[in-house]
Amino acid sequence: MSSTTADILLLALGSFGILITLTVLGEILRARQPVHDANPMLDTYMTRVQSWWGMVAFIGAALLLGKPGIMTLFAFASFAALREFLTLTTKTQADHLALALAFFAVLPLQYVFVGFGWTGLYTVFIPVYAFLFLPMISALRGNPQRFLVRVAETQWALMIAVFCVSHVPALMSLDIAGYGDRSVLLIAFLVMVVQIGDLLDFFFGRRIGRTKIAPGLSPKTWEGLVCGVLSAMVIGAMLSWITPFGLWGAALMAGIASLVGMFGNLVVAAIKRDRGVKDWSHLIPGQGGFVDQLDSVIFAAPIFYQLTKFFYT
Amino acid sequence: MKFLRQFAARIVGQSIRIFARAITAVRAEWKGIEPVPRQRVYFANHTSNADMPMIWSVLPPALRRTVRPVAAADYWLKNKLRAFVGPEVFNCVLVDRRPEVKDKPMDKIIAALDEGSSLIIFPEGNRNMTEDPLLPFKAGLYNMGVARPDVDLVPTWVANLTEIMPKGEVIPLPLICTVTFGEPIHVHPGESKDDFLKRASDALLAQRPEAHK
Repeated sequence: MSSTTADILLLALGSFGILITLTVLGEILRARQPVHDANPMLDTYMTRVQSWWGMVAFIGAALLLGKPGIMTLFAFASFAALREFLTLTTKTQADHLALALAFFAVLPLQYVFVGFGWTGLYTVFIPVYAFLFLPMISALRGNPQRFLVRVAETQWALMIAVFCVSHVPALMSLDIAGYGDRSVLLIAFLVMVVQIGDLLDFFFGRRIGRTKIAPGLSPKTWEGLVCGVLSAMVIGAMLSWITPFGLWGAALMAGIASLVGMFGNLVVAAIKRDRGVKDWSHLIPGQGGFVDQLDSVIFAAPIFYQLTKFFYT
Repeated sequence: MKFLRQFAARIVGQSIRIFARAITAVRAEWKGIEPVPRQRVYFANHTSNADMPMIWSVLPPALRRTVRPVAAADYWLKNKLRAFVGPEVFNCVLVDRRPEVKDKPMDKIIAALDEGSSLIIFPEGNRNMTEDPLLPFKAGLYNMGVARPDVDLVPTWVANLTEIMPKGEVIPLPLICTVTFGEPIHVHPGESKDDFLKRASDALLAQRPEAHK
C-alpha cells in the first residue's frame, strides 16, 4: 500500500470517527426526546448527518479509485449542478441547441481536458471558447428577445457548475516539487476545510451570531464567519501533513479557501432569492441540491487552485 | 402469454420511470395532498407528450397501481408499440373523441371511476402550444365532478417540460421537472359549469412554481 493510499484511508477513518460521534450525539438527543414531540431542528440535523455519510463514502471511494474515480464523481457533480442552475435561468427555444451543447459537449470536453491534464485548454475552454461560441449558436436562431440575459445566464451556469467544479479534480494535475502523486490529497484537504468551516460557521452563527452580513439575503453573521474561518485554519493546520504547504501555509490556504467559500455562499443565496427558490433542487435529502451543498467548495476551488499553482509549483 | 405480456409491461414501466428520473430528476411536490391511496382525479396542464409519463413516474407504487390516465384512442392505437404501452403499461382509459362513435368518453371515464380507479386527465383537451399558461378547460372535468361528487379533483402542475423538449427539437435537455399536487377541489352544489371551470383553472395555475411565473 502506497503512503498516499494509507493517508486517504486514515482521513476516511478520521471522518468516519467524526460522523459516528455526530450520529451518536443525534441519537442520544432523539432518545431523550418525548416520543410525540416533534423537533424539526433535530430531524434536519439527522438528515444532514445521513447525507454526510453518503458524501464521505462517495468521496473516499473516489479518492481510493484514483483519477478515474475522481473524474467520474466530479463530472457527475458538474452535471447535477448545471442541471440545477439551467433549470432556473432565462431561456427560449432559440437557446435549445446552445444549451444541449453545454450539457453534452462543453461539460464532457472540459473533463477530458482536465483528465489529460491539459492546463492550457481547461483554464480557457469555458471562459474563452464556450463564452464566444455558444452565443453565436443562439444568435443563429434569430430571436433577440432578452438575448443578453439569456446568454449571460447560460455562461454563468457553465462557469459555476463546470469551470469552477472541474478545478477540484484539476488539483491532481498540479506538478508540485517533492509532492509526487500525493496531489490527490489536496482534494480531500480543500473539501474538508471548507465544509467543516461552513459547519462551524453555522454552529457559531446560531450560538453567538449578532451582526448579519447581508440582511435580507442570508442569516450568515460576521461572528459566525470569523469563527468558521478560524476553525477552518485550525483544521487546515492539523491537516498540514497531507499538504505541501507547511504548517502556516496550510492554515493560511485553509483560511482563504474557507473565506472565499463563505462569500460564495452569499452570492448563491442572492441568486436563490432572486429566483424565489429555497433550494436548487431536492437531489440530496435534507440539504437541497448539489449547488446548495457544494456552493462554498465551488467558489473556493479555482482560487485555491490558482494560489497553489502560483506559490507551490 | 398473458403473464409474459404483463411482465414485459412491468419492465417497460420501470424503464420509463428510471429514464425520467435520470434525465429530468423528476420529483413530486405534495403541496395540497398526501401521497396516500385515495380515489382522485389528477387534472394537469398539457404541453408535451411526456406530461402523462412524468406524473405517472412520480406517483408512489401504491398510487401508480390504481391510477389510469385518460388518453386519446387515436394516438395510442396508431401502431402496435403504442397499443402495448398505452393500454398495458400505463393502463390508459382510451377515449374516442370522434363525435360519430357510440360509446361516449364520459361513460368510459365514469365506469373507470366506479371501478375505484384514480384518473389522470388533461382538461385543456389538446396540447397547449400557445404562450398562455393554460387553454380554456373542456367540460369533462365538470361533468366528472357532478357525476361523482365525492372524488377529489387534484390540480397537478407539470413544470419545465416545454423547455426540456420544445416542439420540433430532437435532443432533450436534462433540466429538472417538478410535478406539484395542489389542494383538491369539488363542484359546489348549484355551481355553474363556467364558474367551476374558471375555479379549477385558477387552482391549477396557483400550483405553478414561483421561478417559472
